[in-house]
Amino acid sequence: MINTTIAKLALQALLGRRRFFLLLAFPVLLIGLVALVTALVDGDAAYEVLPGLGYPLVLPLVAILAASSVLGPEVDDGSIVYLLSKPVNRYGIAISKWLVALGATLVAGALPILVAALITGDSTRATALFVGAVVAGTAYSALFLAISAVTRHAVIASLMFVLVWESLLGNLFTGIAWLSISQWGLRIGHEVSSALPDPANLGYAIVASLVVTVVGAWFAGDRLRSFSLTGDE
Amino acid sequence: MSTLVLDSASRWFGNVVAVNDVSLTIGPGVTGLLGPNGAGKTTLMAMMSGFLAPSAGHVTLDGRPVWRNTETYRQIGLVPERELSFGYLTGRQFVRANADLHRLPDAAAATERILGVVDMVEPAGRRLDTYSKGMRQRIKIAAALVHDPAVLLLDEPFNGVDPRQRMHLMDLLHRLGDEGRTVLFSSHILEEVERLARHIEVVVSGRHAASGDFGAIRRLMTDRPVQYAVQSSDNRTLASVLMAQESVRAVSLRGEHLDVQVGDLGSFAVDLPGLARQHDVTLFELSPSDESLESVFAYLVAR
Repeated sequence: MINTTIAKLALQALLGRRRFFLLLAFPVLLIGLVALVTALVDGDAAYEVLPGLGYPLVLPLVAILAASSVLGPEVDDGSIVYLLSKPVNRYGIAISKWLVALGATLVAGALPILVAALITGDSTRATALFVGAVVAGTAYSALFLAISAVTRHAVIASLMFVLVWESLLGNLFTGIAWLSISQWGLRIGHEVSSALPDPANLGYAIVASLVVTVVGAWFAGDRLRSFSLTGDE
Repeated sequence: MSTLVLDSASRWFGNVVAVNDVSLTIGPGVTGLLGPNGAGKTTLMAMMSGFLAPSAGHVTLDGRPVWRNTETYRQIGLVPERELSFGYLTGRQFVRANADLHRLPDAAAATERILGVVDMVEPAGRRLDTYSKGMRQRIKIAAALVHDPAVLLLDEPFNGVDPRQRMHLMDLLHRLGDEGRTVLFSSHILEEVERLARHIEVVVSGRHAASGDFGAIRRLMTDRPVQYAVQSSDNRTLASVLMAQESVRAVSLRGEHLDVQVGDLGSFAVDLPGLARQHDVTLFELSPSDESLESVFAYLVAR
């Protein structure tokens, strides 16, 4: 199912563009900020940066960058026809690209959260947050990949989901926890350490994360199967 | 040997009809798809290469539909009009990736062989974004040919390619057609199509306007009523003389000019100078007033 050539090309697309430096800047800034606050402020202020900024914002932004880099530009300018005019399973293409996006999200999003959390002490809490970030990063990358396969405005649409739906409305209405990837991740992390909140049912959070991941990757593959090349619009 | 068949294929986008009830059979050899810009050539190409579902009708390759049929790409090589956006790859890496996607048993050898065919061995180590338009076009063709397909589809392959490289590309396509491959390319330039294609299909405004070998198409395009504007020393005398000619359909005076409608371009062109001299009329100006390609196409559609 996994196509190494597609994965290699996706990796080159990720590393070969200027966006890569943006992808690199997020984790560096996050760890730097947490280290700085740890050094300057007493108490738990440094840790608060992670559930307040790192987890709900840096992680999904990294996932958006990664997912849109491996698929977005090729769909936008139609050059994905060079990959699609081959006898290659479309779901295999979607899964290969998703795995590259997932890898980047975990390395540049989840791992820095773990490192930063360890800087603030309490390794159980750090592990819990890392588990949550891995879960959320997995679902995020599949969701954003699916969005990239559908619309030319994938980055905007994905940002809207994160900023408006999850952050803004999620803070106003607790019910949104049922439809929020970041909340599912936190709920699963809560099993490791009760320092994390308990916003939803555990079983539901696991199933929902799985469904979003599987359906997201499948849907991206299905859209690639029906990819249409229209004239210049 | 593969045959691509369009059977009453139509495609519309909302209420705009891009391709209207086109039936075509494309067999081995080089076929040119000729039509003005916006005639629906790219839409036809997209349907034939499985990148657009026909709204009505069928598009099949050797009897099997191409839409949502991944396996057809074993037989098809596609050269899209789209630019390559893989600027960060070298030419060799790009062609090799195409060979790998086809899971060719010896991808490295196939890559080198096809780079030789398109004469791109030497620059293949450079990144794609350093290539000229003609070089990119050749790399695209190499990528489409690396798996030795029976059908090669090229969308406007000569756009922006300089004359020397155009000759080279034409020779290459000629060879591929002579090898028994089904080669189809689109173009909006008659001379281009005429030089390369043995068989020509003309599309205008989404409809199939004409079909035949280049001689038949050329005749259709030249033996058509043409409008000329003539300026001479004595327009009235010339008008009466011209009206007596069988090749002339109508003459009218318009200010300083004489509008002449000609039915048979060949004999009119041969006879005119002699007639003018015979009746002591000096010709100052003779210009076709509707010689644009669009009017040629419009005539073919109305026919």
